[in-house]
Amino acid sequence: MTGFRGRLTRDDAVVLRVQKLGESDRIVTMLTRRHGRIRAVAKGVRRTSSRFGARLEPFGHIDVQWIEGRSLHVVSQVEGVDLYGKRFLEDYPRYTAASAIAETAERLTPMEHEPSLRLFLLTVGALRTLAAREHTVSLVLDAYLLRAAAIAGWAPALRECAVCGTKGAHRAFSVPAGGCVCADCRPPGAARPAPATLALMSALASGDWATADASEPGPRNEASGLVAAHLQWHLERGLRSLPLVDRSVARTAAPDLDRTLDPTGKDRA
Amino acid sequence: MYEGAIQDLIDELGRLPGVGPKSAQRIAFHVLSADAVDVKRLASALQRVKDLVKFCTSCYNVAESEQCRICRDPRRTNEVLCVVEEPKDVVAIERTGEFRGRYHVLGGAINPLEGVGPDNLKVRELMTRLSSGEVKELILATDPNTEGEATATYLALLVKPMGLHVTRLASGLPVGGDLEYADEITLGRAFEGRRAV
Repeated sequence: MTGFRGRLTRDDAVVLRVQKLGESDRIVTMLTRRHGRIRAVAKGVRRTSSRFGARLEPFGHIDVQWIEGRSLHVVSQVEGVDLYGKRFLEDYPRYTAASAIAETAERLTPMEHEPSLRLFLLTVGALRTLAAREHTVSLVLDAYLLRAAAIAGWAPALRECAVCGTKGAHRAFSVPAGGCVCADCRPPGAARPAPATLALMSALASGDWATADASEPGPRNEASGLVAAHLQWHLERGLRSLPLVDRSVARTAAPDLDRTLDPTGKDRA
Repeated sequence: MYEGAIQDLIDELGRLPGVGPKSAQRIAFHVLSADAVDVKRLASALQRVKDLVKFCTSCYNVAESEQCRICRDPRRTNEVLCVVEEPKDVVAIERTGEFRGRYHVLGGAINPLEGVGPDNLKVRELMTRLSSGEVKELILATDPNTEGEATATYLALLVKPMGLHVTRLASGLPVGGDLEYADEITLGRAFEGRRAV
């Protein structure tokens, strides 16, 4: 360690966000396996001659070594474990969903250096699933948002009343109450989603992909709305990337310009 | 903390990108010790850039009149349009001396994490330009990073049904570098884009 003012640390991480710094540097926000969320300066990575700039692009699972600094660390070496980002580049809906996953992971780790192994594993798993193209984009994203909320302690009540705890499939869903509510506890303004929507949310929360994949577009749209509302209620501030998520299944046909430019993407599922 | 004008100058300089409090203080004291003529020239340049510079009504590059120098040049072809993120990218491509078409400056790249979507860029204006039918080839020269590539993918999806020839800048090994130091993504791109010799 002689010659280094700071301590060298190595961990595997997923890159959540990059921001430009100065002439050619970047600040990289990463969620690491053992050190929680960290921010580190990657020097010179915007130059075309950078030796590891491509490995620090968003959504990559990397093996990274950094020199600890007082406020910001400095990245010293990076190896790619699985660089998922490159698999989203030719698939715009998956890129927007990956952005929402990364922003959620960042928002759910407000304190740096607080390890969150479950969230790290969930985030890597979600990006891997998204890259594998085995399931629809909106299903992967909603499953991630539901499970990330559960890790944060905000799991919606789906099989019991969120207020009184009465077991059973209740028809009303109240975001402020924290999930499904029975007829006696139902507050004014509670939603009445279709039973198939609540079944889909249960399937996504428990990893029942056979049920989730067999769901219809209507319940998927409704579930996406409830999941987004539930998470953003607890975060107390909207996710910036969520309205920009493109939930279209496939856009190989000629896109309708007016609808494609709609940043909410809500009407395209 | 200083008083009055010098502290005001330090505060204003400190708001510039990449200028920290120490740098702001150093620049402020440099200005204080410089000739009055030099300082007036700097102040005049700052004022003029805000008064005179605007965005070209065709390509959204910086200009001092309705249209920029490139859009006014009759020797350039209208059949090839190069889409870039920022005005500084126009300068970088112009330095190559290889391109004789026109430009379209988007004003950034799609970045959902920063809340930047297609509506925040000059995408509608691009589609309006392309609808005239004059452009035969569209070169997508956005940055070769995640946001730039996603923006290029998005634009390609929009534009391809119009029957245009859509191309993307090649990416690969930098001139003067060693192969062993290339990362796997860059090397992979270089293999994909290899050419016969």
